[in-house]
Amino acid sequence: MKDRFFVRLFVDRALRGACLLSTVLALVPLASVLWFVVVRGAHGLSLTFFTGLPKPVGEPGGGMAHAIVGSLEIVGIACAMGIPAGVLAGIHLAESEDTRFGRFVRFSADVMAGVPSIAVGLFVYVLVVRRMQGFSALAGAIALAVLMLPTITRATEELLRLVPESLREAALGLGVPKWRATLRVMLRTAAPGIATGIMLAVARAMGESAPLLFTSFNNRGWASSPAEPTASLPVNIYTYAVSPYADWHEQAWAAALVLVTLVLCLNIAARWLVRGRLP
Amino acid sequence: MTAPARSGSLDLGYGSKLSGDAVFSRVTWVFALVVIVGLGAMAFEMAGASAPTLSVFGVEFVLGRVWDPLHRVFGALPFIYGTLVSSLLALVIAVPISFGVAIYLSELAASWQRDVLGFLVELLAAVPSVVYGLWGVFALAPWLRTSVEPALAKSLGFLPLFQGPIQGFGMLAGGVVLSIMILPTISSVSREVLRSVPSSLREGALALGATRSEMVRLAVLPYARSGLMGAVLLGLGRALGETMAITMVIGNRPEISASLFAPSYTMASVIANEFTEATGELHLAALAEIGLLLFVLTIALNVVARLLVGRVGRVAVRGRL
Repeated sequence: MKDRFFVRLFVDRALRGACLLSTVLALVPLASVLWFVVVRGAHGLSLTFFTGLPKPVGEPGGGMAHAIVGSLEIVGIACAMGIPAGVLAGIHLAESEDTRFGRFVRFSADVMAGVPSIAVGLFVYVLVVRRMQGFSALAGAIALAVLMLPTITRATEELLRLVPESLREAALGLGVPKWRATLRVMLRTAAPGIATGIMLAVARAMGESAPLLFTSFNNRGWASSPAEPTASLPVNIYTYAVSPYADWHEQAWAAALVLVTLVLCLNIAARWLVRGRLP
Repeated sequence: MTAPARSGSLDLGYGSKLSGDAVFSRVTWVFALVVIVGLGAMAFEMAGASAPTLSVFGVEFVLGRVWDPLHRVFGALPFIYGTLVSSLLALVIAVPISFGVAIYLSELAASWQRDVLGFLVELLAAVPSVVYGLWGVFALAPWLRTSVEPALAKSLGFLPLFQGPIQGFGMLAGGVVLSIMILPTISSVSREVLRSVPSSLREGALALGATRSEMVRLAVLPYARSGLMGAVLLGLGRALGETMAITMVIGNRPEISASLFAPSYTMASVIANEFTEATGELHLAALAEIGLLLFVLTIALNVVARLLVGRVGRVAVRGRL
């Protein structure tokens, strides 16, 4: 009987140890990736990286100013489309009765969130690029907006549902129309959480390269308008990494450092915004 | 006597007055509709774009083993094989680790560990795919070539899985990179599933004298089984559609080989590599059809996964937060 007890105790320890070990194991790649990005990226980083344009092949130096601006431009346009649409759709889901339409929208959003980003790129190519007869920042932005839409919709809905109904009743009791109660009371109360959801969606969109490959494509210089092919950081990292030039590899690591810094800052800021507030 | 105008009403000029509420609810309805229309349009446009190959090749398209755009022969089997095998390999690696992470974080860890470690695991999901690819090319593949693959060939070389020339880039590298990328998905959804297990079950088991691990095994896991299955399927869905990282490390050769060391090719990779340089309408359509297959496959998986996970909303949103 006593032996059995020690066996059970030993098995318990072993299994708990295995769980802890897998958690540590899961973090090894993160540490390795960040280490490589910081060490090799810092090596290639310089002031010209932020201000210069790529030099012709074979000439050392040059920068990615156009890709940094291009990424911000594409993500900015995507936000202008995706955020209002997502928030309004989320409001509809949270505020309307539980209708068949609402359930279908919710289901579609969940399914849409699982669509591979390369398929979204393909879709936007057929829908926009082929009709506009050319790659453009606008097409890339539409692809990213499509990727952001379901996440923002569902985050808005879930967080609005967490706001106590009594707040709305208090507002309605003061004679405020329902739509203003929704916007000024409910939405405002849920705002930090919704902002978190939005920032995470934006951070994800900023790192996406697959949907940009054949929508915004790439550009070795400045794009003069959003209707032209535009360089972006993720696509540039890809083309530079698979090139045969050592100098380009260094630039790819520097670009990765910039991109990872942007994305991680957005992530950390997003979580900081709701620290300890999500139930 | 006329009723006082409500604040925020909008006179449409047809003699009827639409209240602010009606306008607002219609506007939000339109945007909710956008979600459905968007998904429908995706299916419609991709089916339209792949119509030429659908009619020319039919079923042959998925069964053909030869992909030769120059001679207009399109068989997608090598890509389907590469996608399925690399994703399964990723699951084999990631599922046990993710479950360990989820169990540790939801059942065993102290609350400060839960916050810190949980945050770090989720950061894994924040690193962009192309950065994993870059890391795969310059860190993972060389490591596999010099250390891991020779060791595997030496100790397990009698299996066809671990035979053939060692090059670093190939199915194994692809599977490992994918496993890293789906790990946060599976572990965070699993964690939410475990969190939804009523604590009375845990207390019951502990009161009967169970150790912590017995409590997890006997009380928590049986309750959570279907949800955990859903978490795995969500991870599989991500693995199937993942593009950049795997394109950079899998070697990109449309061949079917039993060896994990051999280069392979996935559905998403071939679209990424060939789409902008496609030669002719049929080639484009073939790539679009691969995209359509991928789209249908991942949607089917997601639908099943959502049904299994249940309490869809909360888990889905938190899983990504």
